[in-house]
Amino acid sequence: MKFTDEYRDPELGRKLVDRIRRHSTRPIRFMEFCGGHTAAIFKNGIRQLLPDTIEMLSGPGCPVCVTATADLDKAIALSHLPDVIITSFGDMVRVPGSYSSLQTARAQGADIRVVYSTRDALAIARDNQDKSVVFIGIGFETTAPAIAASILQAEQEGINNYYLLCLHKLCPPIMKTLLYLGEVRLNGIVGPGHVSSIIGSHPYQFIPDEYHIGCVISGFEPLDILLTIDRLVTQVEDGQPGVEIAYRRGVKPEGNQPALRLMETVFEIADANWRGIGIVPASGLRLQAKYRRFNAEGRFDINTGTPHEPEGCICGSILRGVSTPLDCPLFGETCTPEHPVGPCMVSAEGSCATYYHYGDSNDR
Amino acid sequence: MCLAIPARVTAINGFQAEVEIDGLTRDISIQLTPEAKVDDYVLLHTGYAISVIDPTEAEETLKLLREISEVY
Amino acid sequence: MTDRVLLAHGSGGKLSHDLIEQVLLPLLDNPILNTLDDSAVFELGGRLAFTTDSYTVNPIFFPGGDIGRLAVCGTVNDLSMSGAVPEYLSLSFIIEEGLPIAELKQIVTSIGETAAESGVSIVTGDTKVVNQGAADKLFINTAGVGVIASGVNISAAYARPGDKVIVNGNLGDHGIAVLSQREGLNFRVTVKSDCAPLNHLVADMLDVSATIHCLRDPTRGGLATTLNDFAQQSRVGIIIEEDRIPVDRAVLAACELLGFDPLYIANEGKLVAVVAATDAGAVLKAMSQNRYGANAAIIGEVVAEHPGRVVMKTRLGASRIVDMPVGELLPRIC
Repeated sequence: MKFTDEYRDPELGRKLVDRIRRHSTRPIRFMEFCGGHTAAIFKNGIRQLLPDTIEMLSGPGCPVCVTATADLDKAIALSHLPDVIITSFGDMVRVPGSYSSLQTARAQGADIRVVYSTRDALAIARDNQDKSVVFIGIGFETTAPAIAASILQAEQEGINNYYLLCLHKLCPPIMKTLLYLGEVRLNGIVGPGHVSSIIGSHPYQFIPDEYHIGCVISGFEPLDILLTIDRLVTQVEDGQPGVEIAYRRGVKPEGNQPALRLMETVFEIADANWRGIGIVPASGLRLQAKYRRFNAEGRFDINTGTPHEPEGCICGSILRGVSTPLDCPLFGETCTPEHPVGPCMVSAEGSCATYYHYGDSNDR
Repeated sequence: MCLAIPARVTAINGFQAEVEIDGLTRDISIQLTPEAKVDDYVLLHTGYAISVIDPTEAEETLKLLREISEVY
Repeated sequence: MTDRVLLAHGSGGKLSHDLIEQVLLPLLDNPILNTLDDSAVFELGGRLAFTTDSYTVNPIFFPGGDIGRLAVCGTVNDLSMSGAVPEYLSLSFIIEEGLPIAELKQIVTSIGETAAESGVSIVTGDTKVVNQGAADKLFINTAGVGVIASGVNISAAYARPGDKVIVNGNLGDHGIAVLSQREGLNFRVTVKSDCAPLNHLVADMLDVSATIHCLRDPTRGGLATTLNDFAQQSRVGIIIEEDRIPVDRAVLAACELLGFDPLYIANEGKLVAVVAATDAGAVLKAMSQNRYGANAAIIGEVVAEHPGRVVMKTRLGASRIVDMPVGELLPRIC
């Protein structure tokens, strides 16, 4: 695959690892904010190759994992309403809510369909005019423009049975929140690659300006990640933190203007409920007033009661980088991919699932 | 979920486009990257192109990787 | 003959009789079946292997095959994986009323052709027709019996440290070919299902080696599941190398696109063999000379370390666990 295989060259990879080992002289800790990076780091065994001086932490970068139980309960409640078809990205379906999951709801007769794109959800809406099609809108800035486009398309075509359960969240605000909370000392941040394709590099400037650590925006292939780590190590060793784009083929400093404009047309900034953190002001999106008729929460009466967090699950502190899955007493015992307790074990990008699936033998 | 993979544009019709990756073809939207042209490579995410890949930058990154891996 | 299957075609009366005489018998023709007795009667000596399977693949026609070919291959292959020479199959249909007779004919033709290719006979069968909605077009059940020659001892429990792990070609073709036909996934590939009967390939392998310890066809759950089964049942570790695993580029692209791992995708014309190191070269050579062994490759080996666990060495030289898959990755793929 072009623009992919070249960044998997093992020879170059080994040399980069050697270089990182030579240059890293002191214990440092980097956090990545993108579930795709979590998965890539584990799939490629990057942690194993890095020197012991470097610790990689996963942050709240997995959209499925950071969806609050209360919000998942809303999706499940919607699925039980008559004549409602729920459309969702795959991983959401198996996450346990307070008392059920979308998967369980489906087994009980709810119409829940996995889609790979809002285009598919719109097609389902066109084909089922007597039903209401609700799209579970999770994702960061990578996904929000596509969702915005689907709302505009629904408006343009006069599709009036398409609704959005808007659970979209934003990356820079949650980075700001974690850095402000200061629960974990970080020496650098691996910036999300595809979020940055949309928002560019300027939104991360506060990281070196206010917290004096660097943010290097990374691609997803092994060489991309190693390059990013090398740049972060160099910034630390030279004492010169800054925002850098290591993923130059995918990210421009100004981001994707048409995509940003679409987002700004349809959405406005709102508070959002992050699992394990709670309500973070101005960290999410909601539909603007003129598009509120597409809002699933406005259209349907959803009663969910008080959310019930799973006993003993520490997904919250794992998402904040305060704990790792290995610190969780449930990990690998009562909580496994077959019977997950929390979302971090369900999502392909969740910390717990990646530790479990790809970790070395010591991680079990 | 952050999955976005490079694909080559083979046909464009308004905002609809066809892309190809190693023999696999797919219909996608270039509404977010209206500047995309046939034979451009785009990053594909949930049925939309989110960025046009800059081949010069791609090559620059490879050059950089080769250079720094030689330097002590 | 009507143009669609009716409930009456399954009820044992005139229409059932017509279906058997006009559609099924001509296409499956063999002396035992032609007696149309309640049981197939035959003599078969020695150690027998016996298997059964049901086929619910959706859609029933896919690039590279159909549910009929799949049913014969699946049964023939299950027998072959025990080292048996497959001989006789049973064939049961559960048909949803309304299925076009032309489609049924096409499927039965496939069954006949695949049976002929494998050298097996469909000797007994049954047909039921259910109301619309009670089945999805067509479900097939088979059973098969074969004979294991003396001296052939193959089991998932026989892998030993030092053995080599060999596959007969590209992985993931079937799953991706079927998926590409599903509504809502919206991608097109020229990849076809690898659906194939492997009994002649296994015979070629057994001809050159008496130390084939394990054989299995990696269907649902893919290579990863098969290797984990071997590792657990033999209580050994298995190490495979990412670089050596043959996968078609379009399959890799589809996996990247959909977020799948080719190690977990179903195959219907592949086998995984665990062979003593001394014979690995000869077995590989015999495989690559068979029509279903193009791209055969040694992908790893059995070790004493980490028993029960499968580990993959990535291109970069790191190791990661290859786990059993969880949940329904790809429903109704076979």
